[in-house]
Amino acid sequence: MLEMALTGSKRYWTWISFLLIVIGAGVLSYLHQFDYGLGVTGMSRDVSWGFYISQFTFLVGVAASAVMLVIPYYLHDYKKFGKIVILGEFLAIAAVTMCILFIFVDLGQPMRVMNVILHPTPNSILFWDATVLNGYLFINLIVGWTTLTADRKGTPPPAWVKPFIYLSVPWAVSIHTVTAFLYAGLPGRHFWLTAVMAARFLASAFAGGPAMLILLCLIVRKVSKFDPGKEAIQTLGKIVTYAMFANVFLLGLEFFTAFYSQIPGHMHAFQYLYVGIEGHDKLVPLMWISTILALISLVMLVFPNIRKNEGQLAFACVAVFISLWIDKGFGLVVGGFVPNPFERVTEYWPSLPEILIALGIWSIGFLVLTVLYKVAIAVRERTASWPELH
Amino acid sequence: MSINRRDFLRIAGASTLFGLAGVPAVEEILKTNAEAAVLPGPNALKAKRWAMVIDVNKIGTEEDYKKIIHACHSIHNVPDIGNKKDEVKWIWEEDYEHSFPGVSDEFVPESIEHKPFLLLCNHCAKPACVRVCPTKATFKRPDGIVAMDYHRCIGCRFCMAACPYGARSFNWRDPRPFIKEENKEFPTRMKGVVEKCTFCSERLARGLKPACVEASNGAIVFGDLEDPGSEVRKVLSTKYTLRRKPEVGTGPSVYYVIGGNEHA
Repeated sequence: MLEMALTGSKRYWTWISFLLIVIGAGVLSYLHQFDYGLGVTGMSRDVSWGFYISQFTFLVGVAASAVMLVIPYYLHDYKKFGKIVILGEFLAIAAVTMCILFIFVDLGQPMRVMNVILHPTPNSILFWDATVLNGYLFINLIVGWTTLTADRKGTPPPAWVKPFIYLSVPWAVSIHTVTAFLYAGLPGRHFWLTAVMAARFLASAFAGGPAMLILLCLIVRKVSKFDPGKEAIQTLGKIVTYAMFANVFLLGLEFFTAFYSQIPGHMHAFQYLYVGIEGHDKLVPLMWISTILALISLVMLVFPNIRKNEGQLAFACVAVFISLWIDKGFGLVVGGFVPNPFERVTEYWPSLPEILIALGIWSIGFLVLTVLYKVAIAVRERTASWPELH
Repeated sequence: MSINRRDFLRIAGASTLFGLAGVPAVEEILKTNAEAAVLPGPNALKAKRWAMVIDVNKIGTEEDYKKIIHACHSIHNVPDIGNKKDEVKWIWEEDYEHSFPGVSDEFVPESIEHKPFLLLCNHCAKPACVRVCPTKATFKRPDGIVAMDYHRCIGCRFCMAACPYGARSFNWRDPRPFIKEENKEFPTRMKGVVEKCTFCSERLARGLKPACVEASNGAIVFGDLEDPGSEVRKVLSTKYTLRRKPEVGTGPSVYYVIGGNEHA
């Protein structure tokens, strides 16, 4: 089926070329980092994880969100998602690919990455994270490809794939729970040491991922003859609404615990992120942009009249996505390191090579996504006139 | 195990032939030789759980602090990169307030408030860094020392996020150009791996106390925490000491004598 990605309009190839150029810049930057060391990044002894790990964390959420299509369609027989469930699965594949790449570029000794398998260490959450992420990639490749192949032939998917589909549901939850456990089990990092971390991760994932899916559906409708369906998009909008409220609620819980208890260690990271500490306030503008966008999106999403207008829904989804990207794809990781264990403040900001490498990985993700969507759309365009299969 | 040149070439050749399959064999040889370098000698100092008591009141001038830090950093080839971002350090000075955040009081004697404390790896009883390491590159030895295998470390820095004491450094760049005088008896590190204090396991194996202890003129006492007759236990039974962040349950093995000589 992949050959379907080899024919396309001029616009398609322009987009592919653009992605390849950004990937090229990222690869060159990575070669520089590979040669010099991670010192080319903005990370330091005090802030020892930065942009890469935070992008990874954010994207695990995007990957997990495919389950928001799988559950209604396969468990509740919600037929409107029949046409777009493949878009969720393919988004998951692209997102997990990016996750794995972000972990890889963050390693100081990438040539030794197989040590994780050669010396398996079950007490390390990172071992489990590698396991569940690769498993999730595998499951989605199997499910996505098999169901699409069946669709193309006009036959129902083979029975053997069903267990994989059901398995993908708890597995999606597991990837984000395990990722939260990377943080939530560390002594001495107050900001991360919270039982609601995994719940917050899932809530933000189920808001951010479907928000991105809505935007992708709207783009797909615009550039192809395949219409994901108005009702399917509206249902996704409702999912985004509930999940975004849950996410902001959980964040509010964190604020309450920190500031009502008045325990200094619990307040420090929030103070650093939202008002700055002793004049160190590099992240403050970003965090407030995130907050304002979150509030705007909630107001827009909660009123059905606004949400039902696809243009306004798209705007709200962009707001959700950027808000969560800042909160989880930046603030969450950096906030855990500032102030440091000595209560001293070392700030962090990504360097240019670091940003180029990150953009390169995002572009690889979009390339994977574009190719997979191209195939899915081609199949959907061919079968559009056929009667409903499932 | 010692191997001769012919054996090595034979195994290395076979490894090349079999590609990846041979790598564990070569690794085995290298590991065995590396282990031989630190295997305890006949005079080795042994303990069930090594611990340290630091009495900064016994450290006089800034020069004395520098001497202790230099003793450690010079024999362990710790680079002096000269900027905070890339900094690598095994033992360093920090004031009372930042050494004991959450414990430090508003009003403390002048002698404590401005006296630098010496910070290093706490060689915890339940080390969080060991728990999180995905490759067992950092591990706990039977004598309580938390050690590092620089050849296995993948540089994920999970241990740095896990350590509640900020004891670990990462080689953000090649450290070798920044080693002033290389000690040929101790390995240098490469870029991309984490490192930290080893409680001088290589010196203990030869019957020597840690370098900082030796350079401290009695301000740092070192011994077996599980031996009631040991020097550290004697100090702990007579002086009031603090450990850093005991509330996180890691069980640090480095104790700090609090209070000046007037309490002694």
